[in-house]
Amino acid sequence: MTSIVERHKKLEKNVTLLAVGAFITVAIGGIVEIAPLFWIDNTIEKVHGMRPYTPLEQAGRDIYVREGCYVCHSQMIRPFRDETERYGHYSLAAESMYDHPFQWGSKRTGPDLARVGNRYSDEWHVQHLRNPQSVVPESVMPKYGFLAETDLTVPDPAANLTALRRVGVPYTDKDIEMALSDLKAQADPDADAADLEERYPKAQIRDFDGDPSRLTEMDALVAYLQMLGTLVDVNSAAAQEEFASEHGR
Amino acid sequence: MANADNKPAGAGRRIDEATNTETVGHEWDGIEELNTPLPRWWLWSFYACIVFAIGYCIAYPAWPMVHSATEGMLGWTSRGQLEKDLEAQQQERAKIVADLAITPIEKLPGKPALMRAAVAGGAAAFKVNCVQCHGAGAAGSSGYPNLNDDDWLWGGDLATIEQTLIHGIRQPGDADTRVSLMPAFGKDGLLTPAQIQDVTSYVLSLSGKEKASPASQRGAAIFEANCAVCHGAQGTGDRQFGAPNLADAIWLYAGNREAVSQQIGNPRHGVMPAWGERLDPVTIKMLAAYVHSLGGGEDFATVATPAQSEDQSEAAATETAAE
Repeated sequence: MTSIVERHKKLEKNVTLLAVGAFITVAIGGIVEIAPLFWIDNTIEKVHGMRPYTPLEQAGRDIYVREGCYVCHSQMIRPFRDETERYGHYSLAAESMYDHPFQWGSKRTGPDLARVGNRYSDEWHVQHLRNPQSVVPESVMPKYGFLAETDLTVPDPAANLTALRRVGVPYTDKDIEMALSDLKAQADPDADAADLEERYPKAQIRDFDGDPSRLTEMDALVAYLQMLGTLVDVNSAAAQEEFASEHGR
Repeated sequence: MANADNKPAGAGRRIDEATNTETVGHEWDGIEELNTPLPRWWLWSFYACIVFAIGYCIAYPAWPMVHSATEGMLGWTSRGQLEKDLEAQQQERAKIVADLAITPIEKLPGKPALMRAAVAGGAAAFKVNCVQCHGAGAAGSSGYPNLNDDDWLWGGDLATIEQTLIHGIRQPGDADTRVSLMPAFGKDGLLTPAQIQDVTSYVLSLSGKEKASPASQRGAAIFEANCAVCHGAQGTGDRQFGAPNLADAIWLYAGNREAVSQQIGNPRHGVMPAWGERLDPVTIKMLAAYVHSLGGGEDFATVATPAQSEDQSEAAATETAAE
């Protein structure tokens, strides 16, 4: 017994040994808690419908990140009754598997946006982004009217998709090749978008900001918001059955 | 730490005179360290936490393994817990929901207890689905009708409100949706800009916003020819067409020259979703009861006599939020 009391002195008096010991102790936590998530099966559910974001949605997402929307809006509905009643079905890990970086957020000054897609009209979103207080008088959200006046500029959409592919988003060669034309076609009601629709199922193709003559940042952001939470049919019978049979989470 | 406390003072350790506490036995440049024992309550709390943690790991999902995490003896899952919560809540509500489901909305006012429950449920559903446009207090805003007043575009009795909720307003793809499409008198060249200003003067004079003037007298004739068919000869509107009452002080957009002339020249047509596609019939019934309860709800009787005689409708029937 004396030996243990005596031995720790060796550790305390040798800074290299102390550093190695501390590192090993902390690493155990990481190995136990983080590392298994990369191989266990139930980290990400297998779901139908999830697809990579279209170039326009991705551009809208970049604006969402740029403007810091995640500071006030979360995108993570937790499995609690109060949250599911207000925001809809709880979020699935699979629904943010193509997010780089994810937008779960950690603070709700505004409401959760994980399932805001198709909840409101495009007109509502445009009016709300221009002047939030005109539709929600008690809102403290800043005004984002400038988005409607700013042309959407994405210097190289193909390069963006390529970068995302390198971190695991399954864009095809054709997706990357067509990135620029996809970007424009999604917000253009006159464009032939059959091909876009086939490669990106459930893509919403229309003019989003109420000004068909221009492609603005408002188009991109509203396209992104209208897609959020709509890709996976979480309420389908098959999905429900699968969730019900899950254990260990 | 515990065994250090239990040990008698050994070689190299001494009792500090000032505090009467044992030292740990080493010193640097004359500085020594007291071996003050941990408080017992702390130590036992610590042991209790360790025991609790072991029990927790056995009972609940805890350790990630090769293919999945340990499931825990209790079989608890966060999603299963939610399922149970929702079921318990459904059980709680089951009777009221069943009662509401079989009660036609016309019979609802005759059952005060059920009506109260419906209004409470409607208030909750309103906060989730409706406040974004109609506002937290249902007072609306420019372009979105105020639901607190007794000025209705399509009618304010329970069944009419329910119908509006189910099918929405100008909802594409819904055959029974409420549609009113005022012509764009300016954009489509039906009236000249000067004529539009004259009609605007007349419309504003109806509610006393402007005094009668030569312009409003010219506008009266234009109104008679173009607008009276829907808005009525006195401008009191007609719910059959969703045509707003222009003679009252309530405006959907704004009661000034700019907004009124814009609405005549190139009207905006607001859209309300058809909630019948998204919400179950009981929730819609509750929402109708809530909106009806806000202050402007009408009895079925007043609607049974539609706004046919103009003078009567002006006095009693509260039409619309106007342009």
